[in-house]
Amino acid sequence: MEILKPAIAGTLESSDAQVTVEPGEGGIELSLTSSVMNQYGRQIKATVLETLERLDVSSARVTVVDKGALDCTLKARVECAVFRSCGASAANIPWGGAVR
Amino acid sequence: MKNAVGREIPDSLLVNGKEVYQGKNYMDGKYIQKAAPKTRRYETPRESKIVDSIVQALKDCGAKSGMTFSFHHHLRDGDYVVNMVMQAAIEELGLEELTIAASSLGAAHDPIADYIEQGKVVGIQTSGIRGRMGEVVSAGKLKTPAIIRSHGGRPRAIEGGEVHIDIAFIAAPTSDCVGNCRGVGGKSDCGSLGYAMTDAKYADHVVVVTDCLVDFPNFPTSVEAIDVDAVVVVDSIGNPKKIASAAARITQNPRELMMAEQAAKVISVTPYFKDGFSFQTGAGGPSLAVNLFLEQYMDERNIKMGWAIGGICGPMVELLKKGKVGKVIDVQDFDLDAVQSIHTTPNHFEMSASQYANPANKGAFVNKLDFVVLAALEIDTGFNVNVLTGSDGVLRGAPGGHPDTAAGSKVCIIVTPLVRGRMATVCEHVVTVTTPGDCVDVLVTDYGIAVNPLRPDLIECLDNAGIPHVTIEALKEKAYSLVGRPDGLEWEDKVVAVLEARDGTILDVVRKIKPFVL
Repeated sequence: MEILKPAIAGTLESSDAQVTVEPGEGGIELSLTSSVMNQYGRQIKATVLETLERLDVSSARVTVVDKGALDCTLKARVECAVFRSCGASAANIPWGGAVR
Repeated sequence: MKNAVGREIPDSLLVNGKEVYQGKNYMDGKYIQKAAPKTRRYETPRESKIVDSIVQALKDCGAKSGMTFSFHHHLRDGDYVVNMVMQAAIEELGLEELTIAASSLGAAHDPIADYIEQGKVVGIQTSGIRGRMGEVVSAGKLKTPAIIRSHGGRPRAIEGGEVHIDIAFIAAPTSDCVGNCRGVGGKSDCGSLGYAMTDAKYADHVVVVTDCLVDFPNFPTSVEAIDVDAVVVVDSIGNPKKIASAAARITQNPRELMMAEQAAKVISVTPYFKDGFSFQTGAGGPSLAVNLFLEQYMDERNIKMGWAIGGICGPMVELLKKGKVGKVIDVQDFDLDAVQSIHTTPNHFEMSASQYANPANKGAFVNKLDFVVLAALEIDTGFNVNVLTGSDGVLRGAPGGHPDTAAGSKVCIIVTPLVRGRMATVCEHVVTVTTPGDCVDVLVTDYGIAVNPLRPDLIECLDNAGIPHVTIEALKEKAYSLVGRPDGLEWEDKVVAVLEARDGTILDVVRKIKPFVL
């Protein structure tokens, strides 16, 4: 998917993550802060990158402000931000396809 | 050298007779040589010991660089006295190389972090260390490793001369002109002054700082004028709103209530739950809620609690007033109900920290405790508990009376959710061991109960009562299945804090955390 415009998903509540995606200049530029950085930073990074790859996003600036979200939450927030950035979040979400 | 909880203690710390932790009650029967302070004679009768300012009091007590000043934390997050005294000593008198020996330090003391960074404060001895101070100490900016002690370990160290207090500062809600102090009355009530008592007896000099001068004699006293050199009257010793919280309410959180209910159930099926039993609970949500459920079991069996100790909150005062507890003896009051109750409710008494929890005296209250219910930041599969360091390795807590009550009690129950956000509370290895696993008996979580295999008698109690329980390993795996397996923290070699077991041996060290690079 192509990131067309800046979009945001999620909150700064505890156990959530706020994910912002913006159009990139080729490649994924990830900025990550987390309340559980020392113990889960690498896993969060891997989860975010995997999700982007699954959605076929190859160029984006992604900012994740994590407040201790579980992996499932992180995936959902990344997916939502990406779909919103393409104006594709209102209908026809590929449940069970790219979103699983 | 590895200690009994498997922690590697650097040999450089094992000097002057310091040993590594060897297990519960290792020091039993050994002798301790008590240290006596060098105190000044006030032989000429004088009407008053009031001096104009803290600076004057410091001068009168011969304050100089390199000294150790002590403080107590009954004013909690509302305390002004630590900052007031350190500012006078450092900024007005230009003193350096100072050590702070406090019963605890908290959010009120962020300004001390600056003095640490400037190298003016070079030593910290405390139970609690939080906020900016925790961060600068964790960053290795304190010249010597901070020494963290439990509430019982502190009076042991003071009485045994491991901490020599040059000047003790007593934050007194009321005092008379010669220094008889009480925690009741005035505008900064805090109730018990239990943590200050040992300081007053063992410090070379004692300065009372008060914002409410009352007629002589201010009796019955918590700190006696016979130990006091000077009295300073200031506008305010603390912010009353932050000294004692409004009455601690029992949690409405269903998960916490469920855990509290389980903990009370466990208590009720042990042989120690009988008329006259003794009890202590922490002030945290689920721990405090145990009071509620325990009362139901007490009513059902028609039994009463003999006595309770602590850190006291409103719910325990309620039980006392209802006649369901014989006596409440406390070292500190957490909320307004408790502050108002001490000295007015019959059978509500004050005690010193030494009487509460010191393992080196001839029998502290904790030694006769049947049950204690406590919280934990983390607990590992060896039942070791951490209440000091966060999951990022930074100092942000306090052992308090946790290790003392756990060691003294017949049944120590830890109540904690299995995970907090993404943090696994039940884990493979806690970041820092603050209470050794040989003192912890039962773990109650929202995903099940585990009993320490060291207590087959309790396992039998639960089995007979049909209370299901699992291994702590199973709880840990459940936690990791929810949040993922955490990466280990990465440390530098530098030790930033030494965690003393309550008996004075070294239980663990906290090292400087390596900056995390993704």
